Amino acid sequence: MTNLVTDTGVVFSRELRPVLRNPFSVVFAMVQPLVFLGLFAPLLPDDLSLQWFVPGIVVMSCLFGTSMTGSNLLFEIQTGSHERMLVTPLRRPALLIGRALKEIVPVVVQAAVIVALCLPFGFDLHLAGTLLGLVILSVFCLGLGSLSYTLALAAKNQEWLFWTVQQTLLFPLLLLAGMLLPVEAGPGWLQALSRWNPLTYVVEAERALFAGDVWASTTVTGAIAAVAVGAFGLLVGTRAMQRSA
Amino acid sequence: MIETHELTRHFKDVQAVRGINLTVAPGELVALLGPNGAGKSTTLRMLTTLIPPTSGTAKVAGHDVVRAQREVRYRIGYIGQGNGAAHSQRGRDELISQGRAYGMKVTEARRRAAELIESLDLGAVADRTVSTLSGGQRRRLDIAMGLIHAPELLFLDEPSTGLDPQNRANLQQHIVELRERYGTTIVLTTHYLDEADAMAERVIVIDHGRIIADDTPARLKDEHVGDRIILGFAHESDAAAVASRVPHKFHRSGTELTISVPGAPRLVTGLLDDLRAWGLPPAEVEVRRATLDDVFLQLTGRSLREGGAARSAGDTEDTEPALVEV
Repeated sequence: MTNLVTDTGVVFSRELRPVLRNPFSVVFAMVQPLVFLGLFAPLLPDDLSLQWFVPGIVVMSCLFGTSMTGSNLLFEIQTGSHERMLVTPLRRPALLIGRALKEIVPVVVQAAVIVALCLPFGFDLHLAGTLLGLVILSVFCLGLGSLSYTLALAAKNQEWLFWTVQQTLLFPLLLLAGMLLPVEAGPGWLQALSRWNPLTYVVEAERALFAGDVWASTTVTGAIAAVAVGAFGLLVGTRAMQRSA
Repeated sequence: MIETHELTRHFKDVQAVRGINLTVAPGELVALLGPNGAGKSTTLRMLTTLIPPTSGTAKVAGHDVVRAQREVRYRIGYIGQGNGAAHSQRGRDELISQGRAYGMKVTEARRRAAELIESLDLGAVADRTVSTLSGGQRRRLDIAMGLIHAPELLFLDEPSTGLDPQNRANLQQHIVELRERYGTTIVLTTHYLDEADAMAERVIVIDHGRIIADDTPARLKDEHVGDRIILGFAHESDAAAVASRVPHKFHRSGTELTISVPGAPRLVTGLLDDLRAWGLPPAEVEVRRATLDDVFLQLTGRSLREGGAARSAGDTEDTEPALVEV
């Protein structure tokens, strides 16, 4: 018999299959973070090292890829395969959770590619911290993916609506998280806004963890922020999926 | 297999379906016919658990569509208007996922997928990305998706829309075969009159969210329209003279006289003999069998073809008038 776990497994493996069939798609999808890594990192002031910059780029690749993932669902809503899946006995939450879980795979692969590319340029790999960092990032990405799918379900036949909202939110979230440049150097109002951005805490946690500082308090705040986004995303997403028709 | 009671669905202030009472027995092949916006698809979406009814009830394959959604979903197959297989996936992969969605083991799903690929003639394209398939191939793949779990009841929403005549004929043949082989109950919606006429033993005409007729195509046509002989004369006076002599129901419009009579194809030769004997030979003769469009016109005062039904350029005519030059 089936249950929520097996149903989620069916959806997850279906989502993952095109990625496995064409693994290079994962690398093609990370062009933007790589551009920032190649063309922005050299512009960093001397006091900001590659060690500081790389965790931000790992989070950025998660943010870019995962926030767009709803467009895959949007396309399936438009072509009809989402409707076909709604008529199967698959449990509605599984239709969302399976999809969102799959987002973790490209994020981890992309993180590995970024780290591997930076090792020759003096980036120090602290394995335990990096792995813990990826766990926190995966939880965050589960929530972000769910929110992207929620946006797709809400936009339905209005593709422009999906992209408008996604693009409008993407860069403020990215800049306010201090991903490219430290927010501490900015004016007070910007720093205040940054404290309201859950992504800020994730980025701070990643920086500490990628540097091998596992026991930092930022690990806890980062984990809390990631779990909050994850839980909120799954809650909103499964509700949207249950109402989907 | 299906039993609905006053099934109703409103969208905001639009009453899409207004109290449909429908019974479909196991093994039937039923066509829901009506113009776009008549409520066919909305009815189908309620029967397939996609949307809940505003009021009324429906039991599908023995279970209530609201209270026992999963039970219904296990037992039905659904082929919607779009493509069931995602364009980014490969056909075979989608078939296997679909099987697993119905609780099949991977090996079983793989075996069943291979079987359907074979029987729907998809062997050459099953391992290609769906987006590279032609419209006809995608539609056959959709059919395979809907059949993966060998459902006892299959719903098809506008199955042949957008296909060229050859692919439509091919698809219809697959559907008919499926039913002959497995006794599957089939409910399809269509706005192609010839399709309903050719395939279904029972046609349910829907208009403005209500059932307005429900019978075999032959009986619908006999009852509501019948056959006609259309005579064209050189002069209006000839047409009027003939009209006064024929013992059948008629309608005259200028030089054209339309005679309504059952069995028109058999009677036409005798009629022509009479006309010659009277010295009133017609310039043109056409025997027109009743079509479902005529039935719809008779029932609603509107033609289905004008009802906004999108028809492709390569579409075949629904009527095949037997023209006889005299």
